Amino acid sequence: MSKSKETIIKPYGDTFNDGKMQLSFSLPVPPDEKGKEAARMLLRKIGFDDIDICGVRDLTEGFTHFIAYASTSASVDLSKIVVKTVDTEVMSLEATDEFIESHIGRALTVIGACIESDAHTVGIDAIMNMKGYNHRYGLERYKFFNAINLGAQVPCEELLKRAREEQADAILVSQIVTQKNIHIKNLTRLIELAEAEGLRDKMLFICGGPRINHELAIELGYDAGFGTGSYATDVASFIAITMANRRKR
Amino acid sequence: MLKLKLNQEMITRAREASGRIVASFNWLFEDYSSVTIERTILRLLGIDGADQNGKPYPNIIVDLLKDKQALGKGAAWWLANACAASDKTPQKIAQAVCEEGLDLTTVAVQASDEIYQILRTYTDKMLSHIRTQREFRVQQFRKYGPRRVPAIYVIVATGNIHEDVVQAKAAARQGADIIAVIRSTAQSLLDYVPYGATTVGFGGTYATQENFRIMRQALDEVSSELGRYISLTNYASGLCMPEIAAMGAMERLDLMLNDAMYGILFRDINPRRTLLDQYFSRMINAYAGIEIQTGEDNYLTTSDAVEKAYTVTASQLINEQFALASGMKHEKMGLGHAFEINPGLENGFLYEMAHAMLTRELFPESPVKYMPPTKFASGNVFKTHLMDAMFNFMGQLTGQGVQLLGMMTEAIHTPHLADRSLAIENAQYIFNNIRDLGNELELVPDGFISTRANEVLAQAVEFLERVADEGLFTAMASGEFADIKRPENGGKGQDGVFLKDKDYSNPFMDQMKLELKVN
Repeated sequence: MSKSKETIIKPYGDTFNDGKMQLSFSLPVPPDEKGKEAARMLLRKIGFDDIDICGVRDLTEGFTHFIAYASTSASVDLSKIVVKTVDTEVMSLEATDEFIESHIGRALTVIGACIESDAHTVGIDAIMNMKGYNHRYGLERYKFFNAINLGAQVPCEELLKRAREEQADAILVSQIVTQKNIHIKNLTRLIELAEAEGLRDKMLFICGGPRINHELAIELGYDAGFGTGSYATDVASFIAITMANRRKR
Repeated sequence: MLKLKLNQEMITRAREASGRIVASFNWLFEDYSSVTIERTILRLLGIDGADQNGKPYPNIIVDLLKDKQALGKGAAWWLANACAASDKTPQKIAQAVCEEGLDLTTVAVQASDEIYQILRTYTDKMLSHIRTQREFRVQQFRKYGPRRVPAIYVIVATGNIHEDVVQAKAAARQGADIIAVIRSTAQSLLDYVPYGATTVGFGGTYATQENFRIMRQALDEVSSELGRYISLTNYASGLCMPEIAAMGAMERLDLMLNDAMYGILFRDINPRRTLLDQYFSRMINAYAGIEIQTGEDNYLTTSDAVEKAYTVTASQLINEQFALASGMKHEKMGLGHAFEINPGLENGFLYEMAHAMLTRELFPESPVKYMPPTKFASGNVFKTHLMDAMFNFMGQLTGQGVQLLGMMTEAIHTPHLADRSLAIENAQYIFNNIRDLGNELELVPDGFISTRANEVLAQAVEFLERVADEGLFTAMASGEFADIKRPENGGKGQDGVFLKDKDYSNPFMDQMKLELKVN
């Protein structure tokens, strides 16, 4: 069978489906033979074979860091995978402005914030600020976006209040801090409040952050989610195209 | 030896302008106080505790005095008056106020000399304790030898102080010189300091006096075991700058993050409140021999690191002048900067080198704090580890004071035990491997690096002179700093600033000014 038609796959080291994986983890054991055996047993229990514990690093205080290579017998069937992704076309700044002008005919208002406890504006700034990130200008630079960046630690209530006042077309929420899944709690809270206030269907709700993807966003009740590697162009195109489609309807 | 050829006239102009900016705030420092300054005084007088709802005694007392419009005299006077009337300690009076409803403003006014005698007694007692802590630190470094340069600085951030202790001790054994306990997210915006030991925190562990004590004790134990004094640091930033500085002084923290403008620009705290609070908090830091660290890295995580390099230099110079105004010595000013240039930029390392050397040479006596790459840390741990190596190379090559180690898992999670250990291994390998390289190299006299450093310096001078002319508050209101507009009357905590009465008293500030020779 040719490899291009192979849909059952395993990790690739240097031979097709050899199942080789690189692993790194710590255990509460001293860096001795017994500890090393504990690491090996753990990998075997997970289902690994050909286990090579190649690195053993003493972390002190009774902990050890293991680096290992091993083969897995687990495989996945590519033909059975369905993922949710943002699949609107990605347009340049100029094209997006033109698109909004011709399809909607007015500037779209987008309100962004890092909500609740999150004080890290790097994500929202990358998408919204004039400067943007990595040579992609932010929404402030677009003629057909009225971009309002509320910054860090904005309570959900305040964000929604402002969105109502500004008659926002979209709300953009960034969550960088994810310890103990605080981002899930914050994002859920915003959607629940929006629903309670009857705002959920009046505007697009979009979230972003290093641990956020489109699937998670949909699951949480958002219209879209953007993870690492997303730029203002992705977000701007999504808002423009989605708003235009909604108008058609 | 590596040395820039800097335009000396520009350096003079930069200091003249930043000096002018800071000197314009004497009215604020002389005539105003804030609720957190008053709470600090109460803490220093020996008040500690919280009511059933977790509201700290100092907050309860200051809020009551504020409600009675009695705060203009200063909380110290009211407390001492009640002590004089009842022959009780400040802590007993605090309990009476907070648990039994005593109203300080209705206590009969006692003889003035008696009130001031009480204040003197408790002030001397606390300042003597703080001096003992300061002296202990000096002795430890004398006994075990000075901190390495650059010092290895790592963070712990589990949200549970007891778990933090395990990680901190492990880090110390692995080679860390300085341990920072990251605070819970958003503590900056609390107008009180939480009480007691923290076991559940988000994004970090609250700065509380009890947490300070627990960690200090653990690090003292590991210090004596390792024969190396392990320093402890936390954050005197936000709405409680002087209170946290006081807790740090009492519990012998060794460094504290203390930036004059960070709260205004990056936390939207009222400008007056922040400048007032930083003034006293830095005075406490100075008195306690605590090294401060400033947060210039924030300018680069929010803006382009090449384009806005001069804002770092300008902020360093302003921070220096504010620190001097609080009686702080250069050797305790850990002015900050960061290695945040886009790794894709051709010759990015040369730009970084120009910026790193500029900071070192502008502040030769200061233990400069160097922050790692974070903005372009992508989740590709292998690439980030490599960027951290370049950062470590730069830190040792240019002799930075404190290297805040980058973590390969930056942008993924707060560091795991192994992440921190790999970061320390990375730094130790590079620091040791190129230890004296800087002494063997010279720069091309008018080459790229010197030219670039002078260019940044000139931009900083132009900026500082403009700010000095229009005034710092006006400049902040118009978005000159970090592209963020912060009006003088905006931001959080403004209503906590008040005008002092003529007979206002802050016995700690008076005594500290005397000893630190602050005008």
